[in-house]
Amino acid sequence: MDKPLTRNIKPDLAPVTLAEYRRSGGYEGLKKAVTAMAPAEAVATVKEANLRGRGGAGFPTGVKWSLVPQAAGQKYVVVNADEMEPGTFKDRLLMEGDPHQLIEGIAIAAYAIGADTAYIFLRGEYTLAARRLEQALQEARDASLLGRNILGAEFHLDIHLHTSAGRYICGEETALLNSLEGKRANPRTKPPYPQTSGLWGRPTVVNNVETVCNVPHILREGADWYRGLSRSQDAGTKLFGVSGRVKKPGLWELPMGTPIRELIEDCAGGMQEGYTLRGFLPGGASTDFLLPEHLDLAMDFDSLQRAGSRLGTGTMIVLDDATCPVRIVLNLERFFTQESCGWCTPCRDGLPWVVEILEGILAGRGRPEDLDRLEKLAWLMGPGHTFCALAPGAAEPLQSALKYFREDFERYLPVSPALSLRGEEHRVPLLEGERRAAGG
Amino acid sequence: MDDKNNKPIPLTESEAAEIRAAASHYPDPSAASIEALKIVQKHRRWVSDNNLQAVAELLGLSAAELDGIATFYNLIYRKPVGEKVIHYCDSVSCWMLGAERIREHISKRLGIGLGETTADGRFTLLPIVCLGACDRAPAMMIGDELYGDLDEASVDAILTREDRHG
Amino acid sequence: MAKITLDGQVYDVDAGENLLKTCLSLGLDLPYFCWHPALGSVGACRQCAVVQYKDASDSKGRLVMACMTPVTDGLRAELEAPEAREFRASVIEFLMTSHPHDCPVCEEGGECHLQDMTVMTGHTVRHYRGRKRTHRNQYLGPFLNHEMNRCIACYRCVRYYRDYAGGQDLDVFAIRNDVYFGRFEDGVLENEFSGNLAEVCPTGVFTDKTFSAHYVRKWDLRYAPSVCAHCAVGCNTSPGERLGVLRRIINRYHGEVNGYFLCDRGRFGYGFVNGEERIRQPSLRGEPVSIEAAVAHLAGLASGRTIGIGSPRASLEANFALRALVGAENFYAGLSRAEAELVAAILDVLRRWPIRLPTVREVERADAVLVLGEDATSTAPRLALALRQAVRNQALELAQELKIPGWLDAAVREAAQGAKSPLFLASPAATRLDEVAEAVYRGAPEDIARLGFAVAHCLSPEAPGVPDLAGEDARLAETIAAALASARRPLIVSGTGCQSLEIIQAAANVALALAKRNPERSAPADAPDQSPPSAGLTETMKPVDLCYLVPECNTLGLALMDGRSVGDVFAAVQEGAADTVVVLENDLYRRADAVAVDHFLGQVKHLAVIEHTFNATAEQAELLLPSGTFAETEGTLVSLEGRAQRFYSVMPPAGEARDNWRWPAA
Repeated sequence: MDKPLTRNIKPDLAPVTLAEYRRSGGYEGLKKAVTAMAPAEAVATVKEANLRGRGGAGFPTGVKWSLVPQAAGQKYVVVNADEMEPGTFKDRLLMEGDPHQLIEGIAIAAYAIGADTAYIFLRGEYTLAARRLEQALQEARDASLLGRNILGAEFHLDIHLHTSAGRYICGEETALLNSLEGKRANPRTKPPYPQTSGLWGRPTVVNNVETVCNVPHILREGADWYRGLSRSQDAGTKLFGVSGRVKKPGLWELPMGTPIRELIEDCAGGMQEGYTLRGFLPGGASTDFLLPEHLDLAMDFDSLQRAGSRLGTGTMIVLDDATCPVRIVLNLERFFTQESCGWCTPCRDGLPWVVEILEGILAGRGRPEDLDRLEKLAWLMGPGHTFCALAPGAAEPLQSALKYFREDFERYLPVSPALSLRGEEHRVPLLEGERRAAGG
Repeated sequence: MDDKNNKPIPLTESEAAEIRAAASHYPDPSAASIEALKIVQKHRRWVSDNNLQAVAELLGLSAAELDGIATFYNLIYRKPVGEKVIHYCDSVSCWMLGAERIREHISKRLGIGLGETTADGRFTLLPIVCLGACDRAPAMMIGDELYGDLDEASVDAILTREDRHG
Repeated sequence: MAKITLDGQVYDVDAGENLLKTCLSLGLDLPYFCWHPALGSVGACRQCAVVQYKDASDSKGRLVMACMTPVTDGLRAELEAPEAREFRASVIEFLMTSHPHDCPVCEEGGECHLQDMTVMTGHTVRHYRGRKRTHRNQYLGPFLNHEMNRCIACYRCVRYYRDYAGGQDLDVFAIRNDVYFGRFEDGVLENEFSGNLAEVCPTGVFTDKTFSAHYVRKWDLRYAPSVCAHCAVGCNTSPGERLGVLRRIINRYHGEVNGYFLCDRGRFGYGFVNGEERIRQPSLRGEPVSIEAAVAHLAGLASGRTIGIGSPRASLEANFALRALVGAENFYAGLSRAEAELVAAILDVLRRWPIRLPTVREVERADAVLVLGEDATSTAPRLALALRQAVRNQALELAQELKIPGWLDAAVREAAQGAKSPLFLASPAATRLDEVAEAVYRGAPEDIARLGFAVAHCLSPEAPGVPDLAGEDARLAETIAAALASARRPLIVSGTGCQSLEIIQAAANVALALAKRNPERSAPADAPDQSPPSAGLTETMKPVDLCYLVPECNTLGLALMDGRSVGDVFAAVQEGAADTVVVLENDLYRRADAVAVDHFLGQVKHLAVIEHTFNATAEQAELLLPSGTFAETEGTLVSLEGRAQRFYSVMPPAGEARDNWRWPAA
């Protein structure tokens, strides 16, 4: 099975050097692009390959590139390396393990859209990735793979590494642009989209790290080859991860469309002894829960969407039977509450309310109408109701937990309000796994 | 860092030079605002009002605007922190696998709660969102170092080592 | 035009506007917070939700924010869709989760946008059971209170203060539901338009501190339509009075003048009305007399050889009454000698040259501006705020090229970044507008005039050139000329600020050169030289916008009545033309040097002064006649744009004072 994204990555995760990268065919894709293809051809190839964004939204990358106006002028490529979605740990591997793959992908993207400057927007905590990227960038500059007249072509590019200072919202591509401009990372109005008005108002393509890492291979091996890697209509391979109480949490490159079961049972070795699977967030914290009955779904954009969730970042979080779904939702909602940029009302004031209700429920102060209130809050924070996708993402695990795990919420509700008035404690029935853990 | 009168210099020449170098990567120097604050932190651990005003002046921003930026981002410290900041991940995968237990252990061992600094000024304990090490949960960072697969014993060993070095 | 359907009703409206503004213009109730007519749309508060339908077959529709939705032909939306109503009530409920229930003690109560919107959406029962987040407040200076717990985070304050007014010391801090709007540290707000925060804020975070000192509820105030008396812009105001005390001044919307905003001088500069220095009692040689005795004494004085000195801060009516009393030949405008010359020159240009006086709103639309010798922030603050908006026209044009509507405020700013229309500033000292200027020229008045003449010469070789201009200055003149020549709506701003006739002339020359240049303006081929053009010429040229700033609220109106200065009065009295002088609201010591005034007053046998507040002239009056301030009288003022505006009294004059026009008219 061909694993283009990770084939160079060493078992000890030491970075692939420039020499090693070139030996394995590195920078051939860039060479092909700048010496044998017009920029529009490079865009067309990526379009034909049907590469879709790996950051969560799944927008076709070639289409995104083709929306950049062709007129000359300052344009930018920006790489979204602000990996911060809880449960997501894929871009780190690509940047630490094979930084040149990313650099080559950026160079091709820049050539395709006519940019001479690119920025890698890296989250501040990824210090090892920062060191390795800086080193690789220097290697590339020294080898004239960056700079002026790259590979002898009429193509100039420099790439700057920009390290951020925290905040999940920076992963939203327009918030990222504001942050890159040195401002508060509030998302921007869309339209205009970054392709027409992005960084410093100039046409800009913002792509996720993994997305960009696919590009060199597509250019080198062709669109047909790339589409053939997949097991579904979504092309290529994808980094899939599993975390939680599985035997072997980890990250694997697999064909797009690999069934979830293979991922959890084969790759991750199934659940740890003594735990059973209750559900999972298939693509990070901002995706809807799915259940064991969904294990045979293909991991691709459309299959998961049809099942009521999203592929997201493709890194799944597994819920076991000893972890209370209410508490996991509280953890997630606290995260989103804390990371709300404070710009729009449903997110800024709705999320703290969700947390307040969940805390109340867990503290035995819940009321039957609280669950309806949570459902309404999830609706209020839904897509189109807020300024950006942060709160709709926060609503996804909440609304699906209410749908699939309603009895878990209900078990915390006092049987009768009078009970608490009399000072009697409501005894919360234990989950199966909790009972086991308590030795009962 | 201090002049003869013990009055803190808001920005040393070398800090200013680093900030100017960072600003050269952007068409607008104010884009280096966050980087500039990080440079100050690298030298002084945190950003005081004086430092902030000096950086603002250097980048052509008002103090209010720069502080608006500084207080947006969680890795910019506007209050003193210890020599090393312990960031323990409290996001979902780590939480599921015992992050809270790890946090309690660190607190007990160092005698500090969240947001507090040890009496010797060595460590500050702060939560952090997902460190992208979910396959090695629970995880934490101390300074620039990432540690995964934590348990009480490994935390003890790490804290001992970190306390001894640098 | 666009035909749109709202709640089943068809309307013909302007295409391209946003749906919120359109709904409000149609008189439809739709709650909103972050949108402001002068600040545009940013989509932050999510309050103005409606359900929009794709086409005729769409029965489900989707929730959209009206403020972010462009009006296009065929648009169909429902404001009253149950989903939209429920969403809007819920957004209010969100905003109220941390809002204190302190309306009874909040000074915004009764005129609170948040109260109105809350009632409008029907949110009445609180469901949130958690604690409210709280903030500490800041000291912001003598004008504004700060009560951050009331904040609903609509971001209007920073968008107004920072983005619109150019203030740099108010910003937003922190994140999530902890966002804080304030200063870096406690201290006086620096911007000269800070007072508008009290009106921009939709609730009681920023309130008028001067009002707090003698607060009453809105419904206990009596208002009258008024016009600000502090400069010549003529901003429309609403002074509010209760029990004979002027309590505050708020903005009164005028689409062509002040729009939604006042300067701090205009808003807060009302203390003198209630002040200790007010003259409340007629007096004769220092002894109180009755109104009847005072009137009789004035009539006696005026029957002799009497001169009347008018006032540029009194109404046309008051000046006219005085002129009627003493006779036109004995009525003197009473400006200083320099002012009189300058204003005469300005009037001459206004009357005969191919220029037009733009309104303040039109100033905002200029796409290239040359300011010659004025610090507008000091001499005509509201106009300076308009110049700040003019600088944004380049950004709006760039946005238009990207098909971003001008009202989509944040998108325009992000797309255009710092793009600015050219503003050139020539002044002797630094001004607040320097920071938005494309180029600043610092020089003495004569140098500024030379620069202006050079610009005119660059625009039209027929205009007299400036020999031996320094190379740098010559290049600047060329740059300015090029910017003005290529602009669609160029504007020249000048005035009396430098007390320089040459500057006024230079500004006129630039305007004329511009007028001649534009072929569409069809100047005759044999246009004469730079001497004032003939009437025939002005008719064939499209006039150029030229704005002359004059010092006082009725300088222009008074100058239209008479052009003679206090110097002319002194000469007339010296020659024995009169021995009695009636002064209308005019402190002569501000019009001539003290030695000259003392000498003059020594020659005058009888001095009658009509005045509302003690000053050095009033103190020497034989007959002192107390008058009302702008708040206590009525009349007409002619603004610097030549607009005659009537103001009305909000309360009767204090004590025995009377309308200023009533004394000479009696």
